[in-house]
Amino acid sequence: MNFDPRYSGRSFTSVGTRPIRPDGVDKVTGRARYGADFNMAGQLVGRVLRSPHAHAKIRKIDTSKAEKLAGVKAVITAADLPDLTDGDAAMYDILDNCMAREKAFYDGHAVAAVAAVDARTARQALKLIEVDYEVLPHVVDVDEAMKHTAPLLNDAIFTEGLDEKPVKPSNVTKRTQFGHGDIQEGFGQADFVVERSFKTEQTHQGYIEPHACVANVSSDGTADLWVCTQGHFVYRQHCAQLLGMEASKLRVTSSEIGGGFGGKTHVWAEPVALALSRKAGRPVKLVMTRDEVFRASGPTSATSIDVRIGARKDGTITAAEATLRYSCGPYAGMWAEIGAMTAFACYKLDNVKTVGYEVLVNRPKTAAYRAPSAPMAAFAVESAVDELAKEIGMDPVDFRIRNAAQEGTRSSYGPVYGPIGIGPTLEAAKNHPHMKAPLGKNQGRGMACGFWFNFGGQTCTDLNIGMDGSVSLAVGTVDVGGSRASLSLVAAEELGIDYGQVKAVVADTSSLGYNDMTDGSRGTFSSSMATISAARNAIKVLRERAAQTWDIPVDDVIWEKGHAIAKGEKYGNLAALSLKEIAAASGKTGGPIAGHSELVADGAGVSFATHICDIEVDPETGSTRVLRYTVVQDAGKAVHPTYVEGQYQGGAAQGIGWALNEEYIYGKDGRLQNPGFLDYRIPVCSDLPMIDTQILEIPNPNHPYGVRGVGETSIVPPLAAIANAVSNAVGVRMTHIPMSPPRILAAIEAEREG
Amino acid sequence: MRYIRPLSIEDAAGLLAGSTGTAAILAGGSDLLVRMKGGFIEPDLIVDIKAIEGLNEIRETSEGFGIGAAVPCAVLGESKALKKAWPGVVEAANLIGSKQVQGRCTIVGNLCNASPAADSVPALVAAGAKAVVVGPGGRRTIAVEAVPTGPGKTSLAKGEIIEAILLDRRPPRAGDAYLRFIPRTEMDIAVVSAGVNLTLDEQGRVKSARLALGAVAATVILVEEAAEVLVGSKLDEATLERLAKVCSGACRPIDDKRGTIEFRRKVAGVLAKRAAIAAYKRAGGK
Repeated sequence: MNFDPRYSGRSFTSVGTRPIRPDGVDKVTGRARYGADFNMAGQLVGRVLRSPHAHAKIRKIDTSKAEKLAGVKAVITAADLPDLTDGDAAMYDILDNCMAREKAFYDGHAVAAVAAVDARTARQALKLIEVDYEVLPHVVDVDEAMKHTAPLLNDAIFTEGLDEKPVKPSNVTKRTQFGHGDIQEGFGQADFVVERSFKTEQTHQGYIEPHACVANVSSDGTADLWVCTQGHFVYRQHCAQLLGMEASKLRVTSSEIGGGFGGKTHVWAEPVALALSRKAGRPVKLVMTRDEVFRASGPTSATSIDVRIGARKDGTITAAEATLRYSCGPYAGMWAEIGAMTAFACYKLDNVKTVGYEVLVNRPKTAAYRAPSAPMAAFAVESAVDELAKEIGMDPVDFRIRNAAQEGTRSSYGPVYGPIGIGPTLEAAKNHPHMKAPLGKNQGRGMACGFWFNFGGQTCTDLNIGMDGSVSLAVGTVDVGGSRASLSLVAAEELGIDYGQVKAVVADTSSLGYNDMTDGSRGTFSSSMATISAARNAIKVLRERAAQTWDIPVDDVIWEKGHAIAKGEKYGNLAALSLKEIAAASGKTGGPIAGHSELVADGAGVSFATHICDIEVDPETGSTRVLRYTVVQDAGKAVHPTYVEGQYQGGAAQGIGWALNEEYIYGKDGRLQNPGFLDYRIPVCSDLPMIDTQILEIPNPNHPYGVRGVGETSIVPPLAAIANAVSNAVGVRMTHIPMSPPRILAAIEAEREG
Repeated sequence: MRYIRPLSIEDAAGLLAGSTGTAAILAGGSDLLVRMKGGFIEPDLIVDIKAIEGLNEIRETSEGFGIGAAVPCAVLGESKALKKAWPGVVEAANLIGSKQVQGRCTIVGNLCNASPAADSVPALVAAGAKAVVVGPGGRRTIAVEAVPTGPGKTSLAKGEIIEAILLDRRPPRAGDAYLRFIPRTEMDIAVVSAGVNLTLDEQGRVKSARLALGAVAATVILVEEAAEVLVGSKLDEATLERLAKVCSGACRPIDDKRGTIEFRRKVAGVLAKRAAIAAYKRAGGK
């Protein structure tokens, strides 16, 4: 049946309220089951042996001693995961990352794994595996890796996207370019030009729950996988392909998830656990330690970015240019490309050009991290924008308002915008009391804008009405931020019933059609669209049953406030039938009542935010304190405002950590120095103020309720907002993230010494 | 692995003296268990000292305080008398780890873990605290600063165990303070730290001073030159500037994941000044 996804401008009863989430009680009482909470009889403990070298050829692996150890049930190496990728380069990279084949590419790269009866035996077995490495020169810095003299990670890689086909291999896998107009001409019109170079260090998503799964491969070739993931359907596809299974024979069940932020959209340990279980003939539980999570999962790119922006005296930007270099780890990625697309997305520009370079380094394979690649680009651009406003002598908010993109603007990455929120978020920030609050000594205020595309994608939902009139909603997008509550609200809204009558679950891969992952802020956007569609399909059945009961044409039955109503005067005496009454009679009127939906959710509305923050800097130590923080963001329509605010606050908190202290620190030997939460410093509660939020609702024309994704944009502005605040507090432009106390103090001292 | 919970300090020392392989003492376990879990050590023998009589007590005598080796740091914070006499030592002990960790960890463990960044050690060194050592040769008392000899290394011989930490009774007009620099607000490890202990004369001039710095050398260091700068002063601006300079100069720091050489030098001077001011105020100086 045709589904019309267009925005209808309707009013709401359930949507926009703030009920308690269905998964809340189990989570706060410790009953919720996370990845490591599944157990099976006879289950073995899986452990992974990891390379201590940043770059090394694997000459030989001898597992014979480990295999002979009592209690060891399986030992695997790359030989147990043969290459079945059939020329699919991206899948081959995933395979090689799960288990190193010819070379170990980073400190922490998996080289072998064991399954044993207990953890102690598994640990002992790892020590008995002998790996003969030929240690190779390594490179971890993104700028160093681009030099001609840098050690090559892969001599089969020649830079794509260059005008001339390169003759020599390179660590740069690809060059991409975006923009329009003529930047030379644009800079020619500029009265002021700011040009700066920036660096950002590599960060980890920092989810509290480590990767965990239980794999059970049966002797008949079918398998089950219980796993903490953002996308169990994608995990199923990837695991099935890597292990040579039919997808339908692998059933993947997603657990509750203790944070993902993009880091749980990639398989790491799951194919290994399945291969171990297949070889051992028993279930295998594999849980990464925190050390392994840091060394071998995540992280985001480290970057090096040059920005040049020119403007006229009146504050109009005439040209903007950026060159962005992003680290990808040892495998090709499209991280710089995304950075290049998002860099100037907030602005209306006649002349703009961005160039991205994807760079291989001996670090873990770069993974998505909440609006991947956008925060670093925004840091560079919004820092330069702030500086340019200062040079012109304009207020930074007014300068941005003057140049903000609008409906009809051709974006810097190509498409023409529909109705968007950048202007309104800037206006709201300008009028926010935070902007006028006084500042004390050593305090600075900064603001910045951010953009994220938002995704839609393949989505499938089932809505089943029980005979008691209660509704179970089965969705296929993993709930990472309260989406079960939001989708229950949507089902209740559409059916005209109480939120309490709806119970949403995340169905496993054998119970529902394929769903893309919960990424790109698509969970609530696309699953709500599918839920509305499923509910409307169910309403059609409900109307048919009522029509049948009344023996009148179905076209004369309308659905209103949870009831079937016979329309028109001729049926004046018929009492409305409630959903509950129709459901109770369903056994006699045609059987169970359900609504299904399979769709591709197109038209995810782009998202914009403006952040304001106040920072105090101790000029003697470089220590910082975030005093006040305000997020203004467009939600399209906030389905459950509390969880929208939670997304705004969470993104800001992660951005604050990234801006101030979080970074991967490598030693000269290429080994990660800080694989733990002691020295990889995410903010603790007392580091943060209450983060204030303001939700704007500029409806997305491509969603029935106007919903836009809200999960990611909130991490885009903080790096820049904080850098602008610190720069204003200390009077020195900060160009290197994180702005840790030693970096701030060094910048202050350098300025003092002239 | 053998786990033994002896009832006397002599038995504990005897077990350690007679051990073959790796032996470890377990009090709060906040260092030991973490190191074991991380796979850094696999002890053959663990001697749990928490059942030994007297080791869980803070004793107040006419000479001062004796803090048993198994007294958790949180308990120090609950002792009004100790907090009044040695607020700097107590605040240092109550900065270690988190609230949960403070319920387990001990100052003797902190000392014997021999980290140059140990929070309680600069405060103890500044306080002139002493350690009571029991071993095969009997009982001896040594200065706290004589215990750590380098990162993870102590001067204790095989079979020796610290029974208690002794702190003197306070004369009038005395005060101590401890400050550390961490990038966050809590749950962190000192990048630089400073402990200061002062007594004043009746005119409010510094009569005696001890200043120790943490995380700026292989061990916590006692900066004797700093005492010379402070004695006789009322902590005027010029004295404080000289103090900062002397302390920065006394540092022998390294570049590592937590900070740079330049940062540690500079901040050591800043913290020394600030801790000295805090101790001076606590001593009644104006």
